[in-house]
Amino acid sequence: MLYALCLLLFMIGLYCAVVKKNLVKIVIGLAIMEYAVNLFLIMLGYRAGGTAPIIGRGDLQAGAERITAHFINSAVDPLPQALVLTAIVISLGSLALLISICIRIYDKYGTFDITEIRRLRG
Amino acid sequence: MIRVLPAFVVVPLVMAFILPVFGRKGKALATLLANLVTISLLALAVACVGKTGVYEVGNWSSRVGIVLVLDGLTSLMLLAINVVSAAAMLFSVRYMEQYTAKPKYLSLFLLMVAGMNGVVISGDIFNLFVFLEVASIASYALVGFGCEHEELEASFKYMVLGSVASSFILLGIALVYGNTGALNMAYAARAIQQTGINAGLAFAMSLFIAGFGLKAALVPFHAWLPDAHPSAPAPISAMLSGVLIKALGVYALSRLIFNVFGVSVPVSWVLIALGVLSMVVGVFLAVGQWDFKRLLAYHSISQMGYVVLGIGIGALILAKRGNPVWASLAILGGLFHLVNHAVFKSLLFLTSGSVEMATGTRQLKKMGGLVERMPYTRAACTIASASIAGVPPFNGFWSKLILVIAAVQAGFFGLAAVTVVVSLVTLLSFLKVQRYVFLGDLPEELRNTRENKGSMLVAMLFLATLCLLMSLLVLVPSLRVTVLQPAVDALVEGVGHAMKVANL
Repeated sequence: MLYALCLLLFMIGLYCAVVKKNLVKIVIGLAIMEYAVNLFLIMLGYRAGGTAPIIGRGDLQAGAERITAHFINSAVDPLPQALVLTAIVISLGSLALLISICIRIYDKYGTFDITEIRRLRG
Repeated sequence: MIRVLPAFVVVPLVMAFILPVFGRKGKALATLLANLVTISLLALAVACVGKTGVYEVGNWSSRVGIVLVLDGLTSLMLLAINVVSAAAMLFSVRYMEQYTAKPKYLSLFLLMVAGMNGVVISGDIFNLFVFLEVASIASYALVGFGCEHEELEASFKYMVLGSVASSFILLGIALVYGNTGALNMAYAARAIQQTGINAGLAFAMSLFIAGFGLKAALVPFHAWLPDAHPSAPAPISAMLSGVLIKALGVYALSRLIFNVFGVSVPVSWVLIALGVLSMVVGVFLAVGQWDFKRLLAYHSISQMGYVVLGIGIGALILAKRGNPVWASLAILGGLFHLVNHAVFKSLLFLTSGSVEMATGTRQLKKMGGLVERMPYTRAACTIASASIAGVPPFNGFWSKLILVIAAVQAGFFGLAAVTVVVSLVTLLSFLKVQRYVFLGDLPEELRNTRENKGSMLVAMLFLATLCLLMSLLVLVPSLRVTVLQPAVDALVEGVGHAMKVANL
């Protein structure tokens, strides 16, 4: 169910990026797509009632076997969180570039409307 | 040898952040440093031919850490990327004098090289995505480097479609991780082999085909390429058409299909369909073009079709458990055409840049008779045109011949005929280029056109020589066995290959 909602968010972003005529709205659509993917990655690592994947002092006193069992039973998967951090940084870079190109286009053409920005013909 | 593998990424990356510090005064030094980087990477790529191995970053074992992998396909791609980047960088020395902010250009160029090298050497899927984004973002900025109306528009269009493709790829990677619990290609391949392809993985595969298809500009996804590639400065067009669409698109896609997911009949048919569509649609759109660089860009789509067709036929034969010798012949044709296309298409874009710099126009109808004014550029352009059209002594002929033979052996007589027809149309289209640019009457305003000397000439002659010499890669058995065959074997061995390299 949650995954389907996440996919729906992705589709809304895709629709926005493909259909909208305003440059800024297209950029917003792309951002929504990226958020949907990030949300999906986070949900992969989610675990109801899980704990942070950190070994505390209490665990260390309990001994190695206890730690492993405790870890497998309760800790969330930390890897998707690392992936999401990386993905956020990457999308920051590409969004910043997109917005700065939008500003340059506005300087040149005086409009954000994509139907008026077409000097290149197919 | 495996110890130097990170240098392919680290050296251009570090240099990319040093170069912008040089201001207007340090321009000559910055140019020299950037050229030193690309040339030494080329030497390193040549030294890596024939070696295999795995480099574990920071000595973390491959179960938890990041790995860099060197195998046959990787070393072939490294060779193609670094040959083209060395030539394009040499060409930029003089060509980029027309633009301001040269150190920034050099920095973006090296970032793109670092990204592409990273894509081909990375051994896990997420790292591949990160390097793909590094190369893509640098290329978006480079397409808009001129900051004029057309360049900005093309850059925006390219960036929107590129970001959509990246989101598709990232979602696919997330699905692979969710279903296999691994990002390392070898571990993911082993997990997929044990569980088989379920619905999630099939969805991931279709996302990868759409995402990497967009990056490779295969036909239903090609809309951005004819705008983006001509708008960039000429050496960047050479890099984009020459290697970027291959490293980010075709290489990544075939690596995932063959070595991680394993070939299957439906996916092979999709590849063949994409290949044939790109071949035919690209070449017919190219025929009507009168803008020199736009015409070349449409031919890139068409020639990528050949590469994907060869790989698709190979995949189909493997998926149907046919004769692996035929499969490896088809893949050999595809991969050989990939490296050939890298060389002759980047040469064509460099000559178009040379013509544009000398005459100030890209419109074929405004040129003519340049053969007496620019003899060297003309010679280079003729060699490259002959290669792309498949005229016998040059490299393009051999790869197309192998593709036709492979198609006939696999029983696709229709496809073989289409390949030959597309090649003829390509020949016609390039006869038009020769006729309108170099032959005919010299217009009055072009009387004082001068040949471009120095680094631009050296870069063009270097690639033109390669167009001739690369025929030896298939004709001389010892060269074929050391350079091309390991790359073909890496794909033919399929899922087992990733595990073999990683010692699983």
